[in-house]
Amino acid sequence: MTIAMFLAFVIATLGITVWSAKKNTGSSAYFAAGRSIKGWQNGLAVAGDYMSAASFLGISGMIAFFGYDGFMYSVGFLVAYLTVLFVVAEPLRNAGKYTMADLLAYRLKARPVRAAASVSTLTVSTFYMVAQMSGAGLLVNMLLKEDYPWISQNVAIAGVGALMIVYVIFGGMHGTTWVQIVKAVLLMGATILLSFLVLQKFGFSFSAFFDAIASHQYTDAKTGMEVTRNFLDPGMKFGMDISKWGPLDLISLGLALVLGTAGLPHVLVRFYTVPDAKTARVSVVWAMVIIGVFYILTTFLGFGALTLVRPQEILGFNENMSAPELAHVLGGDIFFAFISAVAFATILAVVAGLTISASTSFAHDFYSNVLKHGKEVSQDKEVKVARIAAFVVGGMSIILAILLKEINVAFLVGLAFAVAASANLPAIVLTIFWKKFNTSGAVWGLLAGLSSSIILIILSPSVMKNLMGMDALFPLNNPGIVSIPIGFIAAIVGSLISKEPESEAKFAEFSVRAHTGLGAEKATDH
Amino acid sequence: MANNPSTRPDWEALSRKPEFQELLAAKKRFTIPCCVFFLVYYFALLYFVGWHLDLMKQPVFGKINVAYLFALSQFVMAWGMAWIYMRKAATFDRTAAEIIKHETH
Repeated sequence: MTIAMFLAFVIATLGITVWSAKKNTGSSAYFAAGRSIKGWQNGLAVAGDYMSAASFLGISGMIAFFGYDGFMYSVGFLVAYLTVLFVVAEPLRNAGKYTMADLLAYRLKARPVRAAASVSTLTVSTFYMVAQMSGAGLLVNMLLKEDYPWISQNVAIAGVGALMIVYVIFGGMHGTTWVQIVKAVLLMGATILLSFLVLQKFGFSFSAFFDAIASHQYTDAKTGMEVTRNFLDPGMKFGMDISKWGPLDLISLGLALVLGTAGLPHVLVRFYTVPDAKTARVSVVWAMVIIGVFYILTTFLGFGALTLVRPQEILGFNENMSAPELAHVLGGDIFFAFISAVAFATILAVVAGLTISASTSFAHDFYSNVLKHGKEVSQDKEVKVARIAAFVVGGMSIILAILLKEINVAFLVGLAFAVAASANLPAIVLTIFWKKFNTSGAVWGLLAGLSSSIILIILSPSVMKNLMGMDALFPLNNPGIVSIPIGFIAAIVGSLISKEPESEAKFAEFSVRAHTGLGAEKATDH
Repeated sequence: MANNPSTRPDWEALSRKPEFQELLAAKKRFTIPCCVFFLVYYFALLYFVGWHLDLMKQPVFGKINVAYLFALSQFVMAWGMAWIYMRKAATFDRTAAEIIKHETH
């Protein structure tokens, strides 16, 4: 049953890919879906790109096990879109073409800036992708191991990787966009249905539901004692009594979420798929409505799993399987299979979005503009390189995901947000608003933000203590509170110590373009 | 006098237009306070959840506590800010269109 649901989604999305392959003529069609996606469609696609395995499986599990503190992720993931809306979406659409680096390269020296930006794009995308693919491997393996023992976690990871390569290489941005739209609709439908069924179990009484959360009884794993706790109370994950650094870690996480989303390459490229900046703005607002409803409903997914699933499990269950297990309790095997297939679709769509943004950055930034100096590369050649890059990026992620499958999924996603906030966001914001920002500032900021967040993660308790068994040199699991200021300071200092009259002179043109849309890339097909 | 449509826009001249400078200033006057407000409102939640647990644990309606209501209010705040921005941005669009109406590209 489960496998039939998986296959139905795979066949439907391959159909979309074949249909959209016909539209992929020229690079604007392949990289940016001809800039002809409508606002509400792109809103759904942004939401589809964003609501990843970490959201549907990860947050539900976090709430089921840590109560209120898990909900902090839900809040941060939505509020983050205000940064996208107020600061990034419109100037990006007006002044860029296919990638984040286009915005920077507009008035800075193209080669160094694009080289640094493509390194950070590829890093962010890879961390994010490995996290999703490990999650997919685990999910598929857990669902199918009884009936199909030959589908190990490695086979499942390779299968997901192969599928996403097909979507991206043949479907391009058109295919990827529609896969994301279908996924967003499925995921919202499934989430609303699950929430409805949870409430039904409580006789549609909110007070009965919240009463159950507030007096949840369970057996403490360490002491074996029966305890009653109020899971609506904060503090079970970031509380002072868990770790004295907990509250600061929460602030640091919040910074990475709120500032990192606007620097995620696969979110940014979505704004190139619409005809103009106004549509980009409309699509952010659509995305905020969908994403917001989804994250509010994680209350029912997470606390539903807490109140309805956990009491029935004597030995406990995998935290990341909370949402599918909830479906099992509420609707039996068929509903379990359906929710699992939706989770699978969720991962596949996000991975496809990541692959297309990573391979576009490689082809457009690194190959065309760094290796080939921005000349002599025909559109067809650039698309061909991007397809090869998608194949390589996909293959590499399969290998990495298999090697790193033991590492916590949420941790890898957290790292992706931290790098995006520390490296990409300073460069984006300063390019748009600060005339004196220049090439050396951008390169310094990108590299300092990237390396400081990676180093601090390696020195953090989640790596140094939990993986290597040593005392952590850095007390926080989330590096943002230190690495984001480092990224900004490096970008500012780098700009101040070097003179670059060309990039200052081009600020006037950039500014007019970014704020009025004059000369912006046009839609090419309908 | 309208620019000749076949030439490149004169970016320098456009950027010095008082209307354009006024657009930038108006955007700043609107965007900066909005961003400061939402960041303060958001980090206030994290601050209280981290350092003022007793207040956050106070029940308000039945078992629903201050912490959960404060978190829900963030969703309302985000949607409200987006709605305010959509309305305001329409006026920016009109000003921008006015500034570049003689330019073709």
